[in-house]
Parts: sequence; C-alpha cells; structure tokens
Amino acid sequence: MANKSGVNEEKRKGENALGLVKADYRGQPSTLCQGCGHNSIANQIINACFEASIPPEQVIKVSGIGCSSKSPTYFMSRSHGFNGLHGRMPALATGAVMANQSLKAIGISGDGDTASIGIGHFIHLLRRNVPMVYIIENNGVYGLTKGQFSATADKGQVLKSNVNPFMPVDVCLEALIANCGFIARSFAGDPKQVKELIKAALSYRGTAVLDIISPCVTFNNRDESTKSYTWGKQHEDPLHDVTWVPKKEEISLDYQPGEVKQVEMHDGSLLWLKKLDQDYDPTDRYAAMRLLDKAYQEHILVTGLLYFSKAQPSLQETERMIDEPITGLTEDVLRPSRDAFEALLESYR
Amino acid sequence: MAIEQQSENPPTIPLTRCNDFSMVVATVNGSGSQTANLAIMRAFFRMGIPTSGKNLFPSNIQGLPTWFIIRTNPRGFTARRDHHDILIAMNQATVQEDVNDLPSGAVVFYADHLNFEPRTDLVMYPIPVRDLLREVNPPRNFRDYITNMAYVGVVAQVLGIPAKKLENALLTHFNERKKPVELNMSMIVAAMRWAAGNIVKQDPFCVEEMEQSCGRVMMDGNTAAALGSIYGGVGFVGWYPITPASSLAEELEHHIAAVRTDPETGKRTYAIVQAEDELSAVGMAIGAGWAGARSMTSTSGPGICLMSELVGLAYAAEIPIVIWNVQRMGPSTGLPTRTSQGDILFTRYLGHGDTNQVMLLPGSVKECFEFGWRAFDYAERLQTPVFVMSDLDLGMNVWVSDDFEYPDEPIQRGKILTAEDLERLGTFGRYRDVDGDGIPYRTLPGTDHPLAGYFTRGTGHDEDAKYSEDPEDWERNMARLTRKYEGARAMLPAPLLEHQGKEASIGLLAYGSTDIAVQEAICELDDRLDVDYMRIRAIPFAEEVTEFIVSHERIYVIEMNSDGQLHKLLQLEAPQAAMRLRSIRKNDGLSLTAAWITEQLLTAEEA
Repeated sequence: MANKSGVNEEKRKGENALGLVKADYRGQPSTLCQGCGHNSIANQIINACFEASIPPEQVIKVSGIGCSSKSPTYFMSRSHGFNGLHGRMPALATGAVMANQSLKAIGISGDGDTASIGIGHFIHLLRRNVPMVYIIENNGVYGLTKGQFSATADKGQVLKSNVNPFMPVDVCLEALIANCGFIARSFAGDPKQVKELIKAALSYRGTAVLDIISPCVTFNNRDESTKSYTWGKQHEDPLHDVTWVPKKEEISLDYQPGEVKQVEMHDGSLLWLKKLDQDYDPTDRYAAMRLLDKAYQEHILVTGLLYFSKAQPSLQETERMIDEPITGLTEDVLRPSRDAFEALLESYR
Repeated sequence: MAIEQQSENPPTIPLTRCNDFSMVVATVNGSGSQTANLAIMRAFFRMGIPTSGKNLFPSNIQGLPTWFIIRTNPRGFTARRDHHDILIAMNQATVQEDVNDLPSGAVVFYADHLNFEPRTDLVMYPIPVRDLLREVNPPRNFRDYITNMAYVGVVAQVLGIPAKKLENALLTHFNERKKPVELNMSMIVAAMRWAAGNIVKQDPFCVEEMEQSCGRVMMDGNTAAALGSIYGGVGFVGWYPITPASSLAEELEHHIAAVRTDPETGKRTYAIVQAEDELSAVGMAIGAGWAGARSMTSTSGPGICLMSELVGLAYAAEIPIVIWNVQRMGPSTGLPTRTSQGDILFTRYLGHGDTNQVMLLPGSVKECFEFGWRAFDYAERLQTPVFVMSDLDLGMNVWVSDDFEYPDEPIQRGKILTAEDLERLGTFGRYRDVDGDGIPYRTLPGTDHPLAGYFTRGTGHDEDAKYSEDPEDWERNMARLTRKYEGARAMLPAPLLEHQGKEASIGLLAYGSTDIAVQEAICELDDRLDVDYMRIRAIPFAEEVTEFIVSHERIYVIEMNSDGQLHKLLQLEAPQAAMRLRSIRKNDGLSLTAAWITEQLLTAEEA
C-alpha cells in the first residue's frame, strides 16, 4: 500500500518509523480565520501523530459543532472523521471506541460545546473513562455565531459592548471533580508544550483532557481577555518543561536527577516533567484543585500536566470487552447457534 | 398466531364455559401479586389453553390499585375484552367499583375481610385469606407474597386447575428453586382443600387441557425483541431507562452474556452502556454503528423526542442503527403505563428538514423476535436508522406465541469496502451512487488503506463526503436519499393479507398490537360484514398496500391513536383513493377490543 514501508526498514530522511512523511498526516486547508489558535493546535496534532508514528488509519477524529469542531478537517485526511452535533461528541466517540478498541480517538471540542450544551456528556464521558484524547479549544466565545459569551468567559469581560456577569466554568476543575485521570492545560501560543502533551495523551488509556487556551483573533483577542494571545503570553506560568519519550526510544536528557519527574503512560512511554521554579506534584488531586483556584485568584495561566492517575479502568476494561474490534466479528460469533436457540425457547415453554 | 375461523353458527350460551373467559385480578401495586397471577396464567398455558396476561398498572411503585387481566380462548382470541367474567377482588379501595362493573352472571372471588355491597345477580365465592394465613403460618417476611396464593388455590379448585400444573408453573417462575415453590404450594394446597370442603360450584366456568395448537412460547414482546436483537448479532446497545421500554435492554443484558462471552477469557464480544440520557444513548449507538458494530437503542416517545436531532444526523450521514420505540401514551409524560400507537407520524418524519424514516411494525411477540434480527440487516443494507414500533401492550404484557423461527438468512452487512476492495478499485467516494439504487458504499474506521478515510458530517456534502454548499450537490444528495427510500419498499417485510372475505368490497387495514383484536372482530362479524383484512408491517409502504386500497370501495384503517395517524399517511400514499379511506381509532390507554371494533364497523357501514 502507498506510503507504507516496514517498520524495520531503516528510517529515511523525513520519514517516521512507519515510513510515512509529514504530508501523510496533513488535512484540508483551514477555513478558519488567519491566526486562529485552532490552526496552531491542528498543526501540533499533525506533528504529534507523525512523530509518535501513529498510523493515520487507526485514528478517528470526532467533534461537535463550532469553530473548534470544524478543525478535524484540517488535519489527517487519511483518518476517518465525524463532525457530529453540538455538545454530543462524547456520545459518538464512546460508541465508536466501544465498537473498535484499536482506534485512537481524538475529540476536538470548544468551550461552548463542552462547558455549555455538552457539559453533561463531558462529565459522564470522564466518569466512564472512555479512552480518547479530549481537546477543548477554549477561547471563551462563540465564534461561529459571531461573538456571544461562552460559559468559560471571564466575569466582567466585555464583548460587543456587553459585560459578562457570571463566573466562568473551569473545565479542568470539572474534570478533576469527575475523576478524570489525565488533565492538562496549555496555550496555543506554546506549540512545543501542546505537541508533547498531545503525544502523552495519545499514550494514555482513558480520557485525557487537554484544555488549550486558543485565542479567537476576531472576537476575543482583546488584551485584557484571559483568552487572548497578549494576556496568555504575559501570564503563562508553565509548571514544568514537558517532553514525551516513546517506550522504545532511549534518549538521555541532560537533566539532573531530582530536576525531572517521570510519569509513565499505559503503553510504557514516559512523560518527562522538568521542574521549573515551582515544586508541583501532578499526582496530588487536591494540589491540583488548590493550584487552579489560586491561578484564578491571581490571574495566572498555569500550563502543563495538572493531574495524572492511572488508577481507573477504561470503559472497555470495566465492560470486560474482548481486545479485538467487535466490528470485525463474523456470523459464527455474532449469531448464537441453532442449539442455543432451541434451548432458549425451551425455557419459555 | 394461527387462529381458526369459526364455521358454525354463533353458539348459544353453554351450561359450562370451558377455557373461554376473561378474568381480572384486582390487587394493590407492589403487593407481590405478579407471581400469583403469572402462576395461574402459566398453568393455563401449560394446559394448552391459549391465554394472555395484561397488567393494568399505575405509574407508581407501591400502594395504588392494579389489575391483572387473564383471558383464555380456545380459538386463540386473547385480546382484551370490555367486560370480565371472573373477578378476584383483593383490594378494598376498588372492590365496590370492580363488582359494580361486572355483567350479570359473572363470578366474584373476594377476600372475605373486604367490605362492599354484594350483588344478587353474581356468583359470590369468599376466600378466607386471614384464616388460611393463620393455618399455613408462613415466615413473616413472606406473608404478603404467600397471601396471594390463597386466591390461586381457591380459583384453581373452582375452575379445575390441577395443583400439579401450578407447582410446575411456580418451578419455572422460581428458576427450579424448590424452597419458594414449597412455601407457595403450602398455601395453594390449603386453599384448594378449604374450597373443596366449603364451596358449592354455581358458575359455568372451567378449564380443561387442550392440545397445544397455537401457543408454544409464553413471553412478553420486550423479551422477544431482546432475543431477536441477540440473534441479529447486536454488538452495541446504548440505552436510558424509560417505561415501557426498560425491560428490553434489561432482558438483552440478561440473555446475551451466556452466548456472547468468550468461554476461555471471560471477555465479552458486545457492550451495553446505560447512558446519562437518551441523547447520549442514541449518540453512542450512532458512533458504534458508524464504526461498524450492529448497534441499537430502545426507548419510548419522550426518548424519541430527545433523540430526534441525532437521528436526523444519522439519517443525513447514512449511519445504520436500530431504534426500538415501545410506544406509550403522549403527548408529554402522558400516561406512561398505558399503551398507544401515537408515535407513528412523529417517527415517520423524525428530524428537521426533509427526513423519511424506515419503520417496522411488528404485530406479535413472534414478530418482535423476527424484526429484532432483521432490523439490523435492513439498517446496514440501507445505511439508515431503522425504527421498530412496538407498544406497551405488546412489549410489557405476556403473550402466548407460536414457536419463533431461527433466522433463515445469513447476516447481511450491506455495502462495506475492505482494504483489499479499495486496493482493487483504486478509488472511493463515500456517497457515490455506484449501483444506482441510492445506497452508497462505506468503509469502516480502522480500515488499513490510505483511501479508506472520509469525513462524516451532518453538514452539506458532495459525493466524496467533502463539505459543500453547492446547490446541485445538495439536490443530488437528497434525490439519492429519496431513491434509497423508494427502494426500501420492496426490501422490508411485505404486508400480509390476514383475511380474505368472500367477495369483499370493504377492506380493513391495521398494524401492530391491534391485530389480535381485529382478527377476533372479523370472526365476530362473520356473515354480517364481508371484509378483506391486510396487516401493514413496514413503512415505507409496499406496493401491495396501494393495490389493496385502490381495489376496495371502502377501507377502514383501525388504530390506537387520537389523530388517525396511519390513516393520514395512507391518504398521502394513495391520494387518488384518499376519500375511500376511513379512520377507526381509539386512544384511551387501553388496547382495542373486538367488540368495539365490530361495533364501529357496523355503525359505519349502516350510516
């Protein structure tokens, strides 16, 4: 098949371990506004999947409705995509990964999609721990309908001469309360961190939530908005320097012991968290809550891996499903035998 | 159900009426009377007597009045009747009204501590419930359940139900566990003994064993639907609890484990997820159907309302799923424990914009099983949602049915391209009408070929699934969907000519659970009205339906809703004969009776 060579073959220039080039991970040209944070995230999804050598055919891209939800078109055209309904992406993704366990699901949602119309589904997706990467492209505004406040908009924020009177929903806090085991926050203006977190999220067997502040250049890029480039750049406070290391790749980083905290993913890959000026333990759920609360009070954008736990089983494990996709089962498995049928009827006689 | 037509003249009232009566048991909801009622019904069933059991219950867990109606009929007519021949009165709150409602000559078995005004034109038998309870002295925590067995014993003695049949029925009920059976039988035997010594039979009703001609299986429609789904190879179920559909998913979960669990690993080849709401239930089912599993959900009217946006998406994006609608009374919460055929029009067009849904209309428990497995074949062959329209009467009540038949066709998964197909073809467009039947080819996510991927969306799209606002793309796509829908007419279960009159110019059309009452009505009408009767089993209608309509002078469409919903659909289907189509409809929450249908038809024909 085209663009595919054996994994054992020596890597040629510009190819990943699958023998695919970056172009094999590209999507359609974006129709979003120039400079939209969502485009930057789409590019980092391409880079992450390419670098982690994930076969595009094994990825499904699922989304709801809104600017964010349009963006699965802009990466990985060789993957199956499903642009669903406003707020309902979690349900569609759940069904798809339950039908086929081998699929890697990347869900793209927005703040309207996740924090308003779909918040119920979001919470229940996390409660079930459906294996997927759940990216919230968070800009605090309804872009596609031209600039209404979303539920993550700051209190007191001004849009189209209206003032938002309500406290924002913090999707990371919601995820913490819903017992999500992988919660990260990042900033579209920090592509390296976005990319490394996506790679780690793809290695996690459960729901991995990435809340990525993604400024809307048309409606909400005012300097005072916490969802703007200027504010993000001035107020970003990374918890650590993030590097994802695949299981097989032996890279020696020249960090001193004690400077680096390693977090092991389900597939054996490691997320290296190089300590910056603060000492933060991402496996402490209460520390994460305190951190988010403090960040809100102090108007700081903390980014990085906020919380991590491998403790919860995935929904497929909970449901004790076979490892193979049930989509490939043949009639001899799908339809019980005539003997079983006769025995069944006998019990209703 | 095979029903013998009566050839002789109507019988005069016999001195004994064997195997032919309607019995109502009046109890309090939550008092555990279901075991007693089912024991009586199952004993009739085991004696080869055609029977049905209908639970008329309130939307309540405990404390409100409830009635269980058992009808027996040697010819297999087991629809509800307007009046009952036998009352078992166990509820002080309703006893007077229950007694007042009886026709003259009826029989009353009553708990002897109840206070009410008796009637002299009825046969009255007391049941000394408290005395018997003292005599049997069951453990305290079982008292309520055992109390009910007092009426089972007295009724058995008076009607002639052998104790062995009841014991046998209880063994089935308690999954062959001896202890509860012994406990219950101790009361039944004591009550039978008391009745034998104290009751002088004054009524004509009795039961005797028959050769089991119709009725080999005793089951409710939701269980039959669940079993049908299992034999259809279901892989994913997303559901949310709702009366009267809940037991469908619960029975499915109960039965599937034995046949779809890997014996070595203990792992399952299916998944059943109880969702957070109906939107999620159907959304999960759509996601699984898109990924390539045989996928379904089950719900009732309010759930269908919530599902409508997602169903519209599945329709537009052409994703196979099966949706069971076990109908109840609407609008709104309506009467959640009463039956109706009120969602026909709504479901037919479910979704905004131009939507045309495929619907199956099972008319019996046997068809709940058959359509249960066939629905997946239709959904995957047509790549569209398929609705199976059951109702509370069919779904939750207990019916006696002919044997089900093992699927006689292999699983049909429709047009799916594999990696090998793609390699051979060298090209793929998700919505191209390659075969001219409006049904495109699909690939499943995970197909290992660079051409396999496509983008599914509810937004406007061209033949290659790319976003398009081009007016021609839109029109071409909608025209293809119409072509597909038209093609479904010949694919779906054909209507059945259930009864052919002598030279009838009058046609009857009906569907779903009303069939059994319509069949009985035709028998009652006998020489008084010559009719042909066709039962419709699917929407879009087969050509035979239009042929039936245009070949009759007057066609009565009999249904259980207030607006005459199928009648309206048929008028649209055959506008040239619209004025010949008459609506006979009732929507009071109860299943139709033959007497009512007969009266309606005769009145309409006299007018």
